[in-house]
Amino acid sequence: MQIRLEKRLEPSKAMLYLTPIGAVLVTAIVGMIVFSLIGYDGIGAVREIFLTPILNPLKWQDLAVKSAPLIIIAVGLSIGYRANVWNIGAEGQYVVGALFGTAVALVTRDMSGPWILPLMIVSGMIGGMLWASVPALLKTRLQVNEILTSLMLTYVAIQILNYVVIGPWKDPMGFGFPQTRMFTDSQLLPRFIPGTTVHWGVPIAAIVALLVWFLMSRSVFGFQIKVVGAAPSAARYGGFSVNKTIWLALLCSGGLAGLAGVLEATGPFGRLIQSFPTNYGFTAIIVAFLGRLHPIGIVFAGLAMAICVVGGEVAQTTIKLPVAAVGIFQAMMLFFLLASDVLVRYRLRVVSRGDVEVAR
Amino acid sequence: MNMDLLIPIIITLVGASTPILLAALGELVVEKSGVLNLGVEGMMLIGAVVAFAVTFSTGNHWLAIVCAALAAMASSMIFAFLTLTLSASQVATGLALTIFGTGFSALFGQAYTGKPIIIFDSMFPDELENHPTFRVFFDHSPLVYFSLFMVFAVWWFLNKTRSGLILRAVGENDFSAHSIGYSVVKVRYAAVAFGGAMAGIAGSCFPLLLTPQWAEKLTAGRGWIALALVVFAAWKPFRLLAGAYLFGLVMTIELYTKASGSMGLLPSEFWAALPYLATIIVLVLISLRRSGNSAAPACLGKPFMPGQ
Repeated sequence: MQIRLEKRLEPSKAMLYLTPIGAVLVTAIVGMIVFSLIGYDGIGAVREIFLTPILNPLKWQDLAVKSAPLIIIAVGLSIGYRANVWNIGAEGQYVVGALFGTAVALVTRDMSGPWILPLMIVSGMIGGMLWASVPALLKTRLQVNEILTSLMLTYVAIQILNYVVIGPWKDPMGFGFPQTRMFTDSQLLPRFIPGTTVHWGVPIAAIVALLVWFLMSRSVFGFQIKVVGAAPSAARYGGFSVNKTIWLALLCSGGLAGLAGVLEATGPFGRLIQSFPTNYGFTAIIVAFLGRLHPIGIVFAGLAMAICVVGGEVAQTTIKLPVAAVGIFQAMMLFFLLASDVLVRYRLRVVSRGDVEVAR
Repeated sequence: MNMDLLIPIIITLVGASTPILLAALGELVVEKSGVLNLGVEGMMLIGAVVAFAVTFSTGNHWLAIVCAALAAMASSMIFAFLTLTLSASQVATGLALTIFGTGFSALFGQAYTGKPIIIFDSMFPDELENHPTFRVFFDHSPLVYFSLFMVFAVWWFLNKTRSGLILRAVGENDFSAHSIGYSVVKVRYAAVAFGGAMAGIAGSCFPLLLTPQWAEKLTAGRGWIALALVVFAAWKPFRLLAGAYLFGLVMTIELYTKASGSMGLLPSEFWAALPYLATIIVLVLISLRRSGNSAAPACLGKPFMPGQ
C-alpha cells in the first residue's frame, strides 16, 4: 500500500475553492492540539478565536471594521500577485497613505466643507501610489527585485511616521503623547450604520472588491495581468508590455493600500498615532492567498482573517492567550493552504505494491 | 581620529555585521542550489528566542547556539517540505515562514521580557582582550570568529569540493543534474537545512552578542537585509564579507549618533531608516553596474518537477 500523486489534466476547480476552507479547519484542529501541548487552554483558544466572533452578535461590527482594510489591501495585492509582481510592502504604502491624508487634514484644520474628506482620501491613495512607484521604477528601469525594495520602504515609512508624530506634527495639546491632533468633523469618516462602529470603509471595501472583480474578468487590463503572470513570453509575443503591467500592478496595489491607510486614519483612529501600523499590510498577504487571488474569494478570506484577529483579542482577555498566538494561527493557515495546493494539481491515489511494480 | 575612538567603533561594527553575515552565508548556499527562501527573518527570530531561552535557563552559550541552529533548521524543513516535496510557491512559503517565526518568537519570548542574560563575550585572556591596541583582534565573541571561518568554509565548499560542484550544478541546471543521476530534491533539502541552521545561529547573535534583553521583533528586518546582501555580493562569499561590514558601518553610525546625542542636522529616525535606504541604494548600484546581466543561479526560485 502506498499513496501516489497523479497529475490532473486540468487543475481541479472544486479543490481550488474547497481547500481554503479545509486549511482553516485543519488549522483549528492542529492549533487546538499544539496549544494544548504547550500548556495553554487549546480548546478554549480555538473556541474564542474561531467561534466567539461568529456567535456573539456584539462582535459582528468589529468583524466588518477589521475586515475592511484587509480586503482593500488584499484585493490590490492580488492584482500584482497574478502578474508575478511581488509587492510585500503594503504595510508601508498603508502608512504613507495615512501620512498623506493627515497632511491634508493638518492644512485644512481651520476649514470646513464636504470637499475635505474626499481630498484626504484621494491624497492617501496618491501617497500609497507614490510609495509603490519606487519599486515599480527600480524594477522596470533597473531590474531591482521589488520584494526587497517594497519591504525596505516599509521600514522607512514607519520611521517617517515616528518622526512626524514625535516632531513636527505632534499635538501641542496632547500632553506629549506621540500623536497628531484629532481630525475635525469634516475630516472624519462618517458611520455607515449609525450607532455602531461600522464606518464607510466597509461598503467601500465591498465596492473595491466588485470593481476589481469586474476589471479582472471583463477588461483587457485584467486579461493582460493574467497573461503576463501565467506566460510572460506569450504576453510579449502578444504585444503586452511587461513593464507597463508591473507599473499598473504596483500602482493599483499601492493606491489601494494607501486608501486603506487613510480610511483607517479617518475612521477608527481619528488621528495619526505612533502605533498606527498594525500589520494589516502583512496580514493582507495571507488574505490574498487564502482568497485564491480572486476578489470575491478575498472578501470571504478577509472575513475569516478578521474572525481570527477579533477572536485573538477575545482570547487575550478571556483565557490570557498572548496576541502573538494569532500570528501562529495565521501562518499555519497559510502553510496548510500551500500544502493543500497539491490537491488542486494532483489526485491522491492509494495503490497496492503490485501496481507500483507494474508501473515501473 | 584617534585610536581610542576608532577601536571601539571597529569592534561595534564587526559585532553588528555578524548576524547579517551568518544569515547571508546560509542563504547564499540555499540560493546556489536554486532555492529562494524568503523565510530568513522568521528563522532568525526563532533562533533568537531559542538562544535566549536556553541561555536564560542553563547559562550555557554553546548549547544555546546549537539549539538555536536546530530549531531554525527544523522550521526550514517546513519550507523544504512544502516547496520541494509539494512544489508550492517558494515566495509564498518563505513569507509564511517569516510570519510563523515572528509569531513563534513573540509567543515564547514574552515570558522573558525584562529578564537579562549574560552576553557571550570574548574568550581570550584578559591581557589580550583589554590590550589597548590588540583588542581590535581579540575582543570579539566566538560567534564573530565562527562567522569569519564560515566565509572561508562556504567559499571552499562551493569552489573546491565535489559536493559544492554538484550543488552549483543543481542550481544552474536542475534537469541536467537530474539526468546524470543526482537527486535535485535531496541536494536542495540539504542546502535549505544548512541555510536554516545558519539563520538560527545568526538569530542567536541578537541576544548573545548585541542586546542581552528580550524584545519582540528584535531582528528588525536584518534577515531581509541579508537577502539583499546575497544579491549585492553576486553570490560570492568574500564579497558577502565586505558587504556585511559595509552594512555594519551604517548601523554603527546609527548607534553612535544615538548614543552621543549629536544627530547633527538630521533626526534620529533618519539614522534608523538609513540601513534600509542603504539596502535600496546598494541594490540600485549593482544593477547599474551589471546592467541587467545578473549573476543569479539560473534555476533560482523555480520549482523542479521532473517528468512533466
